[in-house]
Amino acid sequence: MGEEFVIQMKGITKVYPNGTVANQDVNFDVKKGEIHALMGENGAGKSTLMKMLFGLEQPTSGEILVNGEPVNLSSPTVAISHGIGMVHQHFMLVPSLTVAENMVLGMVPKKSGMLIDYKKAVALTEEYSKKFNLPVEANARVADIPVGMKQKVEILKALVRGAKILILDEPTAVLTTQETAELFVELENLKKQGYTMIFISHKLNEIMEITDRMTILRGGRSMGIYNTKDVTPEEISRLMVGRDVVLKVEKEPAQPGEEVLRVRDLEYINEWGKKMLDKVSLSVRKGEILGIAGVEGNGQKELVDMLFGFNTPNAGSVKVSGEEILGLNQREIRERHISLVPEDRMLYGIAATASIEENLISDRTANKELNKGILFNMSEIHKMSDQLVKDYTVLCKSAGQTIGSLSGGNIQKVVVAREFSNDPVLIIADQPTRGIDVGATEFIRKKLVELSRSGIAVLLVSADLNEVMELSDSLIIMCGGRIAAYFEDTRDLSDELMGKYMLGIEQQTPEEIRRVCHE
Amino acid sequence: MNIFTADFFFSIIRIATPILFATLAAVIGEKGGVSNIGLEGIMMMSALFGSLGAYWTKSWLIGLLLAMAVGLLESLVMGFFAFNLKTNIILTGTAINMIGSGGCLFLVKVITGQASTTALITKSLQIPSISIPLIRDIPYIGKIISGHSVLTYIAFLLVWLTIVLLYKTPLGLNIRSVGENPNAASSVGVSVLKIQYITIGIGGILAGMGGAFMSMYYAMGWSQDMVAGRGFIALAAQSMGGGEPVGSMLAALIFGFASALGIKISATGVDSNLVAPIPYIVTIIALVIFALNEKRKEKQRHSSAALQK
Repeated sequence: MGEEFVIQMKGITKVYPNGTVANQDVNFDVKKGEIHALMGENGAGKSTLMKMLFGLEQPTSGEILVNGEPVNLSSPTVAISHGIGMVHQHFMLVPSLTVAENMVLGMVPKKSGMLIDYKKAVALTEEYSKKFNLPVEANARVADIPVGMKQKVEILKALVRGAKILILDEPTAVLTTQETAELFVELENLKKQGYTMIFISHKLNEIMEITDRMTILRGGRSMGIYNTKDVTPEEISRLMVGRDVVLKVEKEPAQPGEEVLRVRDLEYINEWGKKMLDKVSLSVRKGEILGIAGVEGNGQKELVDMLFGFNTPNAGSVKVSGEEILGLNQREIRERHISLVPEDRMLYGIAATASIEENLISDRTANKELNKGILFNMSEIHKMSDQLVKDYTVLCKSAGQTIGSLSGGNIQKVVVAREFSNDPVLIIADQPTRGIDVGATEFIRKKLVELSRSGIAVLLVSADLNEVMELSDSLIIMCGGRIAAYFEDTRDLSDELMGKYMLGIEQQTPEEIRRVCHE
Repeated sequence: MNIFTADFFFSIIRIATPILFATLAAVIGEKGGVSNIGLEGIMMMSALFGSLGAYWTKSWLIGLLLAMAVGLLESLVMGFFAFNLKTNIILTGTAINMIGSGGCLFLVKVITGQASTTALITKSLQIPSISIPLIRDIPYIGKIISGHSVLTYIAFLLVWLTIVLLYKTPLGLNIRSVGENPNAASSVGVSVLKIQYITIGIGGILAGMGGAFMSMYYAMGWSQDMVAGRGFIALAAQSMGGGEPVGSMLAALIFGFASALGIKISATGVDSNLVAPIPYIVTIIALVIFALNEKRKEKQRHSSAALQK
């Protein structure tokens, strides 16, 4: 073997103080100059393994070698000194500081003894920006720059600290399709310059496109290291979850009934004066799934906020089953049997320190069946939550367990169990499977289809093209706060065509779009 | 009666000085993500030891240094509880404040044998005033600006130094980044704990200077409850000033103005019980005006941008 391993992790086991075994006897190696995928479901141990490589956690047993030398990565500083850099999924940036200040944080160039040499910081930023072809605005405040540029800053931050090996933790999770394409060009470019990258992702197509080899983890164990070109997506998903994941969702054609959700001419100008919703009109009928596709930040979030009373539009109306719901609070909206699977499950979906059970009943604490006088009827509550945990295959010790300790997929299952089980007439599902494992994704998608076929109206907002195309009966594409296109049938839609509407290259006529109102 | 005499403005600056010290402590603290609610208690303890230190050594300078050292020590103790032992920093600050009021009284009794004041033994040991040549000769203005204590000039100088510290030095950059996103700071090797200790330590020293001013210039020695809420007013000034040094300094001056006004009015024979709440009422009014103004600005931005569309 003439090939050079820059990273070797041998027999790594990590047991957390609470007894959770996150990694068990994992072998992992990375060759110089490759892009190596690290794959696995949520909770498979990817993050833990990478945290140990970046010095944020220490292995319980096992050995880590960098460039063939055994090392003790006791802190990120030590890892950085060995040329390991990490681009975190949640950016490690300080929003009120400029790009240049963020770049030099912790290694600030000084002038006249003790002052910051800001010019030098800017020069350094621009030098690296040019050298690696990662364009950033050195003088802009990080709070003001787009997500794609924030990520470039993160990559540059690692490079400026001398990283030769970059760990990229789900780098595309926050990026638009276009930004992802840009990122891949940049990564290829880095690869050409001899840099090594570890690419953590769930997205099969991305892995197939950009990586050379991959390591698949399942349940904390390694399922082996493969050359990307030698395995098929089906094999990968089987290795990840131990069975064939049906990524295609089978569904009967919809038989839409009467109109449930009726949105007309919704307009919203945000606090910075940007028009986020521009005369948005749509209808969702019983028994159908209407998908909303689009690059994030084109009004989808604002639309959902309006529908669920988190924000008030400047004009327009929202009716559910004929009744105006604008101006109602969330409790009143829920009383009308409208459910929401929120985009940010940790913030709006759950109370992380409460138990699974408490989270399950949080929308129905006033239900007669769950109360006995002024106290809860605990036996009834246990019965209900045990049933939901079983029905929705939430992987946990018991329903009394703190929900924050579950994996993302299982947390989302709890959210979905609550939202789907309260006899809804309308379900608003906002990014229902973002960042969760393949198994949970499949489960939630199937459930959504099943519910819609039983006569519930579903509005599905998703940045995942596959998801909206697979699940939706009909779909709209949002761009710049407007509906750019409406497709009555999603079956023979192509990615390219959707891309054109998503990026605003094409726009349907008002008449074509108006069809979504079913008038 | 003319209220706005040179004397009146002079007293605004004098009264604002201790608040300004504590305000700068609050500004730096908030930038570093350390809400130091214990400023009041730290000022109290420093006031006592400043005064005693001057008495023991017959030197106001050593008294001042002792006050600063006590402020630093107390803030570090607070930091140890809050950062290392992970107690709630608000509760830790409250404890410091309680020690400040009760502990001082106890210490005075033990150390001096006197009750509730050290004025009898320390009255002659004051921080000196400076009469500034040339400036003192300017009519009106000279009377306002010249003749303050050394510490007053230092306090206003510190406003500028705080700006330099926060925005021009690597330490300031670290303080701000730790305050805003500690994970980001630690991920690039900045020791969050160290920066937090430095942040709270600087605050302790500043509050210590404020305390020294109280017992060694504002009043003749330490007496019970002499800080009278200035540590809390400083927190309000910090917030009113938007967390920025200059804005917070102006807010501190508004409090000085309110207090000076109160004193002036009571001098005209109005019942002092009626006058006493004036500073606090001004605080509330100022906060309301500030909030309304912010809201209006926000709205204006919103609608003007909308009009452009």
